[in-house]
Amino acid sequence: MAEASGAETRGAETRGAETRGGPVRFTRDGVRRGARRAVPLLLGLLPFGLVVGVVSIGHGLSLVEALGMSALVYAGSAQLLALELWSDPAPILAATMAAAVVNIRMAPMGAALAPWLDRLRGLRLWGTLATLVDHSFAMSMAEIRAGGRDAGFLLGTSLVLYFGWIASVAAGHLLGGAVRLPPGHPLFFGGIAAFAALLVPLWRGARQDLLAWAAAAALAVALHRLGLPLPLLGGALAGAALAAWQEIRGAR
Amino acid sequence: MRTDVLLAILGMAAVTYLCRAGGYAIMRAKRPPPFLDAMLRNLPGPIFMAYLALALMRSGPAGLIGAVVVVLVQWRTGHLSASILAGIGAVWLVDLLASPL
Repeated sequence: MAEASGAETRGAETRGAETRGGPVRFTRDGVRRGARRAVPLLLGLLPFGLVVGVVSIGHGLSLVEALGMSALVYAGSAQLLALELWSDPAPILAATMAAAVVNIRMAPMGAALAPWLDRLRGLRLWGTLATLVDHSFAMSMAEIRAGGRDAGFLLGTSLVLYFGWIASVAAGHLLGGAVRLPPGHPLFFGGIAAFAALLVPLWRGARQDLLAWAAAAALAVALHRLGLPLPLLGGALAGAALAAWQEIRGAR
Repeated sequence: MRTDVLLAILGMAAVTYLCRAGGYAIMRAKRPPPFLDAMLRNLPGPIFMAYLALALMRSGPAGLIGAVVVVLVQWRTGHLSASILAGIGAVWLVDLLASPL
């Protein structure tokens, strides 16, 4: 238990934290490891951030405003959708609602990370949650399933993506019209590619996942006309419900 | 920074934080029943499949080929950057091959 003692974990945080193979920790080492693992994801994030930067300048946002939004909201699709609705003066209510609609998908993600988050308190808990994004969620769930017990991993992945996001939006804003990637440019595939790649470590085998994953994809496509976030939430929740049903039935 | 822009950003930031932390906060206060608990454990695959299906529907056949390449490279090598670059390369190649037709 030597690795769990010391400055990184204190009394109450680890009390009762015994899980399979040891207590959940939050160490600098975990943060560093998560950060390293997230670096390749910047390839998928960069084109998206550039676009948000370019669109921001197109809607009259100054560099400080574009970066302020990216730093405080830190949610690409929500920012893009809000910018689609942008006007002068800024649409306070519409932008807020757009962010709520797009980001509601993250509520179940935080809940799913409970095996780690339950062992954290205070700033470590609520601060880590502030940085949660789709990709750090996927990587951390794969890490949890692989037996990882260092919750710092989640913060590490999220922080790399956070600073990468701000930097790429800044680059897009500064380069402005100079980077005019046409909408179908292959570089944009980087974002989709990151999602596809992240699915691989989450796959546990056909018996557990095939039906649920197929149902999620099929329902999302079937609902696609309804507009965000319904196809995404509907597909994801239906797939998860199917997997849960199979799991509980199988356990009997 | 203009006040209206600042207020819009703060509004967006507040609801986004509620989305990030709210799901967990509710669950911390009240343990979910076993079925919901099992759903949350099984959420990651389906949520990313739903994303991917929606994205591929928009990107057409080149995207589909690219996604297959990404999954194969990620599965064989385990290298995230290699698989993302291979996917971008594959889509680029398909676009090139398709363009003169």
